[in-house]
Amino acid sequence: MSDRAPLSLHVPEPAVRPGGAPDFSNVKIAKAGSVPRPAVDVASEEMRDLAYSIIRVLNRDGEAVGPWAGALSDEEILTGLRDMMRLRAFDARMLMAQRQGKTSFYMQHLGEEAVSCAFRKALDKGDMNFPTYRQAGLLIADGYPMVEMMNQIFSNEADPLRGRQLPIMYSSKEHGFFTISGNLATQYVQAVGWAMASAIKGDTKIAAAWIGDGSTAESDFHSALVFASTYKAPVVLNIVNNQWAISTFQGIARGGSGTFAARGLGFGIPALRVDGNDYLAAYAVAKWATERARRNLGPTLIEYVTYRVGGHSTSDDPSAYRPKTESEAWPLGDPILRLKKHLIGRGVWSEERHAQAEAEILDEVIQAQKEAESHGTLHAGGKPSVRDIFEGVYAEMPAHIRRQRQKAGY
Amino acid sequence: MARMTMIEAVRSAMDVSMGRDDNVVVFGEDVGYFGGVFRCTQGLQAKYGRTRCFDAPINESGILGTAIGMAAYGLKPCVEIQFADYMYPAYDQITQEAARIRYRSNGDFTCPIVVRMPTGGGIFGGQTHSQSPEALFTHVCGLKVVVPSNPFDAKGLLIASIEDPDPVIFLEPKRLYNGPFDGHHEKPVTPWSKHELGEVPEGYYTIPIGKADIRRQGSAVTVIAYGTMVHVALAAAEETGIDAEVIDLRSLTPLDLDTILQSVQKTGRCVVVHEATLTSGFGGEIAALVQEHCFYHLEAPVVRVTGWDTPYPHAQEWDYFPGPARVGRALAEVMEG
Repeated sequence: MSDRAPLSLHVPEPAVRPGGAPDFSNVKIAKAGSVPRPAVDVASEEMRDLAYSIIRVLNRDGEAVGPWAGALSDEEILTGLRDMMRLRAFDARMLMAQRQGKTSFYMQHLGEEAVSCAFRKALDKGDMNFPTYRQAGLLIADGYPMVEMMNQIFSNEADPLRGRQLPIMYSSKEHGFFTISGNLATQYVQAVGWAMASAIKGDTKIAAAWIGDGSTAESDFHSALVFASTYKAPVVLNIVNNQWAISTFQGIARGGSGTFAARGLGFGIPALRVDGNDYLAAYAVAKWATERARRNLGPTLIEYVTYRVGGHSTSDDPSAYRPKTESEAWPLGDPILRLKKHLIGRGVWSEERHAQAEAEILDEVIQAQKEAESHGTLHAGGKPSVRDIFEGVYAEMPAHIRRQRQKAGY
Repeated sequence: MARMTMIEAVRSAMDVSMGRDDNVVVFGEDVGYFGGVFRCTQGLQAKYGRTRCFDAPINESGILGTAIGMAAYGLKPCVEIQFADYMYPAYDQITQEAARIRYRSNGDFTCPIVVRMPTGGGIFGGQTHSQSPEALFTHVCGLKVVVPSNPFDAKGLLIASIEDPDPVIFLEPKRLYNGPFDGHHEKPVTPWSKHELGEVPEGYYTIPIGKADIRRQGSAVTVIAYGTMVHVALAAAEETGIDAEVIDLRSLTPLDLDTILQSVQKTGRCVVVHEATLTSGFGGEIAALVQEHCFYHLEAPVVRVTGWDTPYPHAQEWDYFPGPARVGRALAEVMEG
């Protein structure tokens, strides 16, 4: 027997479990306006601190402060607020539709609306996102018709994906939204490849990769960083850290690295952490990173610090693994309420106009839902054809699949 | 007409394709400056530049993932996995991504990529340089799977694969790179320069994916093979004197079922040969199809000759490899049936 002390395994645990009082005292929140804004061509080693801090623009009083403020006009911010409100209303209606049995599954964005809505505005037409299942704001903020999204969610006769995909796994090349996969992290390295292709062709388009905190543990995350670093691909590598990977707290994926953003530093990739519930900060950082990519300066890693207020999906009940009141204790607040306060303080918005906008948007969403439901829902009304099972496996249907289709009676 | 080894034929296919289409890019481990460990990409970087042919990090998942992203952009990547045995880290990207992008996006995005992989044994490569993983790809809908057996086919099929609108797994039997190895490891292999299928046009031509070729006409028994085993089967037919019809499948997906069925209906006997392990191998699929379609023509049970259900050994390579003696015994067995 060895006379050394026995080893012990470290298994990280979140600070609090159900029944406990929510505690985010370990989340260090930088003061709004306190983090410097480096030039976009600065070397990653000269901005290492930005991987450990949190870039914030909106302060507690709703004012936009510091070097990252001032990137957007009143009109653009109002559009941003409406985009987030639209996404939230859309989510609420689709959650309800799922509960009513109109579809099998849904995933909402509650609390995370700013991230994807703001990012879309930093992209140009022709750029390409490789999203996860929680970035529908990229479509909403780009004006993709909600009725098309709902047709997909309901897998109805007008579903652009012909009933083949799980609800919310949208695809729209036209709107710069790569087809979503249900397995995780594969898209991260694909985005790097798309960006490499744009550079190979001497194009001006850039790509954006998306991943959650949990999936950064996948090897494809590492692959993406290696390829992006090696070829200086014009890609923005986004990590949405919403604290929870289904029931697993972010510490299981993060390990001892301090922050997810810090993972970029070993690859020489400039890395920033930003308040993901601050639309203005999220936009400003996205704009900084897209500018770097467009100037052929290479990839940027961004960690959006946010909180998943709802369940992972309609198949999840978070009260089984975290305190029910944890979302209320989340120190970065609600992205919509924060931007609303800012706009009111700016003198371009009011409680009345907000209530009116809410009503208008709800009406818009209900109209879209009515139209989508006229094409059917998962178990009622119009459906894609059984033929659609067999179409599109290959560009040209091979004989063996044709025989199987005939066997199925079509 | 030029004389080419299979290495030169594969290289020529990429060269012709890159010359015809600026969107064709070639990358993989060691494929850039050095030209690949089997030399298949030699000279391509010098000719087409570093952004058309380049070295990749040792990261198969990354090679596939970036190739898929490039294809979504509109390029036509032709990537090399250094040995088929190294493809497992990329299996998620191949099976759940490349194979399904057209389907899941209803054609909004597509994935016209070619994944070249040296396959099979016979080079004392041990268990991680000798595998034949074709059945892991034929089981996946959305992929095409091609296995050439000679330089002429390799070039025509590779050009067709690069032009194909869907992902193609292109398995190159590495034991055939330099000559039509027939399993007689004790004898030097005939070089391709002395074989009629080593005559390869310099320019552009294609061989359609999904068409088998009959390498030897015969009336007694149908032997269905692909890759290295085509030459082993031909040797077995000659050495046993059994009048076997040898079909070279060339493409496993899509499969040329008509050619198989016509032959078996004529001969009434069938032997399936592959180097890969037996259980759940592609031979099982062929045997099932033959009995479904030719049951009343069969004079004897369909026999499979394959690698054993063990990892590919090192020292005992020639006891593992299904050589002409084993194929010959199977031919005799079905003739008795």
